[in-house]
Amino acid sequence: MRVFYTLDSTLDSVDKAEAAALTMALKVGFPEEDSGRISLAVREATVNAVLHGNEYDSHKHVTVLLEAAPERLTIQVRDEGKGLDAGAIPDPLAPQNLSKESGRGIFLIRAFMDEVRFRIINPGTEVTMIKYVREATRDGQEASK
Amino acid sequence: MTASTRQTDGVTIVDLNGRITHDEGSTLLRDTIKQLAGQGQKQILLNLSEVHYIDSSGIGELVFAFTNMRDQGGELKLLNLTRKVHDLLQVTKLHKVFDIRDDETAAIQAFSKSA
Repeated sequence: MRVFYTLDSTLDSVDKAEAAALTMALKVGFPEEDSGRISLAVREATVNAVLHGNEYDSHKHVTVLLEAAPERLTIQVRDEGKGLDAGAIPDPLAPQNLSKESGRGIFLIRAFMDEVRFRIINPGTEVTMIKYVREATRDGQEASK
Repeated sequence: MTASTRQTDGVTIVDLNGRITHDEGSTLLRDTIKQLAGQGQKQILLNLSEVHYIDSSGIGELVFAFTNMRDQGGELKLLNLTRKVHDLLQVTKLHKVFDIRDDETAAIQAFSKSA
Protein backbone atom coordinates (compact mmCIF):
# COMPACT_ATOMS: atom_id res chain seq x y z
CA MET A 1 0.00 0.00 0.00
CA ARG A 2 1.49 3.32 -1.08
CA VAL A 3 -0.11 6.76 -0.94
CA PHE A 4 1.45 10.01 -2.14
CA TYR A 5 0.18 13.54 -1.49
CA THR A 6 1.33 16.87 -2.88
CA LEU A 7 0.06 19.53 -0.49
CA ASP A 8 -0.06 23.32 -0.30
CA SER A 9 2.00 25.08 2.33
CA THR A 10 -0.93 25.63 4.65
CA LEU A 11 -2.03 24.40 8.06
CA ASP A 12 -4.92 22.53 6.38
CA SER A 13 -2.24 20.34 4.83
CA VAL A 14 -0.97 19.48 8.29
CA ASP A 15 -4.40 18.15 9.26
CA LYS A 16 -4.61 16.18 5.97
CA ALA A 17 -1.20 14.56 6.48
CA GLU A 18 -2.00 13.73 10.09
CA ALA A 19 -5.37 12.17 9.19
CA ALA A 20 -3.82 10.15 6.34
CA ALA A 21 -1.11 8.81 8.65
CA LEU A 22 -3.64 7.83 11.31
CA THR A 23 -5.81 6.01 8.76
CA MET A 24 -2.81 4.17 7.32
CA ALA A 25 -1.39 3.23 10.74
CA LEU A 26 -4.72 1.77 11.86
CA LYS A 27 -5.05 -0.08 8.54
CA VAL A 28 -1.57 -1.57 8.95
CA GLY A 29 -2.68 -2.83 12.35
CA PHE A 30 -0.90 -0.61 14.83
CA PRO A 31 -2.76 -0.31 18.14
CA GLU A 32 -4.68 2.94 18.67
CA GLU A 33 -2.02 4.38 20.99
CA ASP A 34 0.82 3.73 18.54
CA SER A 35 -1.29 5.03 15.66
CA GLY A 36 -1.88 8.25 17.58
CA ARG A 37 1.85 8.62 18.18
CA ILE A 38 2.65 7.97 14.51
CA SER A 39 0.11 10.55 13.34
CA LEU A 40 1.45 13.09 15.85
CA ALA A 41 4.99 12.53 14.51
CA VAL A 42 3.69 13.14 10.98
CA ARG A 43 1.88 16.24 12.19
CA GLU A 44 5.08 17.61 13.71
CA ALA A 45 7.08 16.86 10.54
CA THR A 46 4.46 18.51 8.35
CA VAL A 47 4.19 21.57 10.61
CA ASN A 48 7.97 21.95 10.30
CA ALA A 49 7.74 21.60 6.51
CA VAL A 50 4.96 24.18 6.14
CA LEU A 51 6.16 26.72 8.74
CA HIS A 52 9.93 26.46 8.93
CA GLY A 53 10.66 24.85 5.56
CA ASN A 54 8.33 26.45 3.03
CA GLU A 55 7.41 29.35 5.35
CA TYR A 56 3.82 29.29 4.04
CA ASP A 57 5.09 30.11 0.51
CA SER A 58 2.16 29.42 -1.85
CA HIS A 59 4.59 28.55 -4.66
CA LYS A 60 6.16 25.75 -2.64
CA HIS A 61 4.65 22.38 -1.83
CA VAL A 62 4.97 19.70 0.79
CA THR A 63 4.95 16.08 -0.31
CA VAL A 64 3.97 13.22 1.96
CA LEU A 65 4.60 9.59 1.05
CA LEU A 66 3.07 6.82 3.15
CA GLU A 67 4.21 3.30 2.41
CA ALA A 68 2.96 0.25 4.27
CA ALA A 69 4.85 -3.06 4.22
CA PRO A 70 3.97 -6.11 6.32
CA GLU A 71 6.69 -5.32 8.83
CA ARG A 72 6.72 -1.53 8.86
CA LEU A 73 5.14 1.79 8.00
CA THR A 74 7.40 4.35 6.32
CA ILE A 75 6.45 8.01 6.01
CA GLN A 76 8.47 10.58 4.14
CA VAL A 77 7.76 14.33 4.34
CA ARG A 78 9.56 16.74 2.01
CA ASP A 79 9.55 20.51 1.75
CA GLU A 80 11.21 22.99 -0.60
CA GLY A 81 12.74 25.29 2.01
CA LYS A 82 16.27 26.24 2.95
CA GLY A 83 17.07 22.94 4.59
CA LEU A 84 16.93 22.03 8.25
CA ASP A 85 19.97 21.10 10.33
CA ALA A 86 18.20 18.76 12.73
CA GLY A 87 21.44 18.18 14.64
CA ALA A 88 21.56 21.85 15.62
CA ILE A 89 18.27 21.71 17.53
CA PRO A 90 18.93 21.97 21.30
CA ASP A 91 17.91 19.04 23.52
CA PRO A 92 14.51 20.00 24.97
CA LEU A 93 15.12 17.71 27.95
CA ALA A 94 18.21 19.62 29.08
CA PRO A 95 17.39 21.43 32.35
CA GLN A 96 18.08 24.85 30.79
CA ASN A 97 15.62 24.09 27.94
CA LEU A 98 12.77 22.47 29.89
CA SER A 99 10.91 25.76 30.36
CA LYS A 100 11.27 26.87 26.73
CA GLU A 101 8.06 27.23 24.77
CA SER A 102 9.31 25.69 21.52
CA GLY A 103 11.76 23.13 20.21
CA ARG A 104 9.96 19.87 21.01
CA GLY A 105 8.61 18.88 17.56
CA ILE A 106 11.64 16.95 16.31
CA PHE A 107 12.16 15.45 19.74
CA LEU A 108 8.61 14.03 19.65
CA ILE A 109 9.18 12.63 16.14
CA ARG A 110 12.27 10.82 17.38
CA ALA A 111 10.54 9.66 20.56
CA PHE A 112 7.54 8.19 18.75
CA MET A 113 9.10 6.60 15.66
CA ASP A 114 11.61 3.74 15.53
CA GLU A 115 13.86 5.27 12.89
CA VAL A 116 14.13 8.92 11.83
CA ARG A 117 16.43 10.34 9.16
CA PHE A 118 16.81 13.94 8.05
CA ARG A 119 18.33 14.75 4.67
CA ILE A 120 18.98 18.11 3.03
CA ILE A 121 17.74 17.74 -0.57
CA ASN A 122 18.52 21.18 -2.06
CA PRO A 123 16.14 22.76 -2.01
CA GLY A 124 14.46 21.52 1.11
CA THR A 125 14.49 18.87 3.76
CA GLU A 126 13.35 15.27 3.61
CA VAL A 127 12.43 13.51 6.81
CA THR A 128 11.94 9.75 6.71
CA MET A 129 10.14 8.13 9.64
CA ILE A 130 9.76 4.40 10.13
CA LYS A 131 7.67 2.48 12.64
CA TYR A 132 8.04 -1.28 12.83
CA VAL A 133 5.09 -3.54 13.38
CA ARG A 134 5.67 -5.43 16.61
CA GLU A 135 5.28 -9.21 16.60
CA ALA A 136 2.24 -8.97 18.89
CA THR A 137 0.52 -6.57 16.48
CA ARG A 138 1.23 -8.80 13.49
CA ASP A 139 0.11 -11.93 15.34
CA GLY A 140 -3.08 -10.17 16.38
CA GLN A 141 -3.77 -9.23 12.79
CA GLU A 142 -3.18 -12.78 11.58
CA ALA A 143 -5.47 -14.14 14.29
CA SER A 144 -8.26 -11.78 13.34
CA LYS A 145 -8.18 -12.80 9.66
CA MET B 1 -11.20 24.68 21.43
CA THR B 2 -13.28 26.48 24.02
CA ALA B 3 -12.16 27.98 27.32
CA SER B 4 -14.47 29.00 30.14
CA THR B 5 -13.50 30.32 33.55
CA ARG B 6 -15.02 30.04 37.02
CA GLN B 7 -13.88 31.04 40.51
CA THR B 8 -13.65 28.97 43.67
CA ASP B 9 -11.96 30.21 46.87
CA GLY B 10 -9.91 32.78 44.98
CA VAL B 11 -8.70 30.23 42.43
CA THR B 12 -9.59 30.71 38.76
CA ILE B 13 -10.43 27.42 37.14
CA VAL B 14 -10.13 27.40 33.35
CA ASP B 15 -12.09 24.57 31.74
CA LEU B 16 -10.57 23.79 28.35
CA ASN B 17 -12.37 21.68 25.77
CA GLY B 18 -10.94 20.54 22.44
CA ARG B 19 -7.51 20.34 20.85
CA ILE B 20 -4.49 22.50 21.66
CA THR B 21 -2.43 22.55 18.47
CA HIS B 22 -0.63 25.09 16.32
CA ASP B 23 -3.78 25.95 14.35
CA GLU B 24 -6.38 25.31 17.02
CA GLY B 25 -6.55 26.36 20.64
CA SER B 26 -3.03 27.71 21.11
CA THR B 27 -3.99 31.35 20.57
CA LEU B 28 -7.11 31.05 22.70
CA LEU B 29 -5.17 29.55 25.60
CA ARG B 30 -2.47 32.24 25.39
CA ASP B 31 -5.07 35.04 25.22
CA THR B 32 -7.00 33.58 28.17
CA ILE B 33 -3.86 33.41 30.32
CA LYS B 34 -2.82 36.95 29.36
CA GLN B 35 -6.31 38.24 30.12
CA LEU B 36 -6.40 36.55 33.55
CA ALA B 37 -2.91 37.83 34.37
CA GLY B 38 -4.03 41.33 33.31
CA GLN B 39 -6.94 41.08 35.71
CA GLY B 40 -4.55 40.25 38.54
CA GLN B 41 -5.59 36.60 38.80
CA LYS B 42 -2.59 34.79 40.24
CA GLN B 43 -3.94 31.33 41.05
CA ILE B 44 -4.90 29.40 37.95
CA LEU B 45 -6.06 25.81 37.67
CA LEU B 46 -6.15 24.57 34.08
CA ASN B 47 -8.72 21.79 33.78
CA LEU B 48 -7.62 19.58 30.86
CA SER B 49 -10.16 16.78 31.33
CA GLU B 50 -11.72 17.53 27.92
CA VAL B 51 -8.45 18.08 26.06
CA HIS B 52 -7.85 14.86 24.17
CA TYR B 53 -5.20 16.07 21.74
CA ILE B 54 -2.18 18.30 22.02
CA ASP B 55 0.93 18.78 19.85
CA SER B 56 4.33 20.37 20.51
CA SER B 57 2.81 23.81 19.98
CA GLY B 58 0.12 23.07 22.57
CA ILE B 59 2.78 21.87 25.00
CA GLY B 60 4.58 25.18 24.39
CA GLU B 61 1.40 27.05 25.30
CA LEU B 62 1.10 25.14 28.59
CA VAL B 63 4.73 26.07 29.32
CA PHE B 64 3.98 29.71 28.46
CA ALA B 65 0.97 29.69 30.80
CA PHE B 66 3.06 28.21 33.61
CA THR B 67 6.07 30.52 33.25
CA ASN B 68 3.90 33.60 32.67
CA MET B 69 2.07 33.02 35.96
CA ARG B 70 5.26 32.15 37.82
CA ASP B 71 7.04 35.27 36.54
CA GLN B 72 4.22 37.39 37.94
CA GLY B 73 4.40 35.76 41.33
CA GLY B 74 1.42 33.53 40.69
CA GLU B 75 0.82 29.79 40.50
CA LEU B 76 -0.59 27.58 37.79
CA LYS B 77 -1.53 23.93 38.21
CA LEU B 78 -2.87 21.36 35.77
CA LEU B 79 -5.95 19.28 36.55
CA ASN B 80 -7.27 15.97 35.20
CA LEU B 81 -4.93 15.20 32.32
CA THR B 82 -6.21 12.80 29.69
CA ARG B 83 -3.96 9.84 28.94
CA LYS B 84 -2.62 11.36 25.71
CA VAL B 85 -1.71 14.66 27.33
CA HIS B 86 -0.14 12.91 30.31
CA ASP B 87 1.84 10.70 27.91
CA LEU B 88 3.26 13.75 26.11
CA LEU B 89 4.17 15.58 29.32
CA GLN B 90 5.93 12.46 30.56
CA VAL B 91 7.90 11.98 27.32
CA THR B 92 9.00 15.62 27.39
CA LYS B 93 9.73 15.39 31.16
CA LEU B 94 7.42 18.32 31.79
CA HIS B 95 5.50 16.25 34.33
CA LYS B 96 8.39 17.19 36.64
CA VAL B 97 7.91 20.90 35.93
CA PHE B 98 4.12 21.20 36.25
CA ASP B 99 2.11 20.64 39.41
CA ILE B 100 -0.36 18.03 38.11
CA ARG B 101 -3.47 17.21 40.12
CA ASP B 102 -6.38 14.82 39.68
CA ASP B 103 -8.78 16.12 42.31
CA GLU B 104 -10.24 19.60 41.92
CA THR B 105 -10.98 20.25 45.60
CA ALA B 106 -7.55 19.10 46.70
CA ALA B 107 -5.96 21.12 43.91
CA ILE B 108 -7.73 24.30 45.03
CA GLN B 109 -6.65 23.70 48.63
CA ALA B 110 -3.07 23.21 47.47
CA PHE B 111 -2.77 26.80 46.25
CA SER B 112 -0.83 29.03 48.58
CA LYS B 113 -3.16 31.33 50.51
CA SER B 114 -0.72 34.23 50.37
CA ALA B 115 -0.53 34.60 46.57
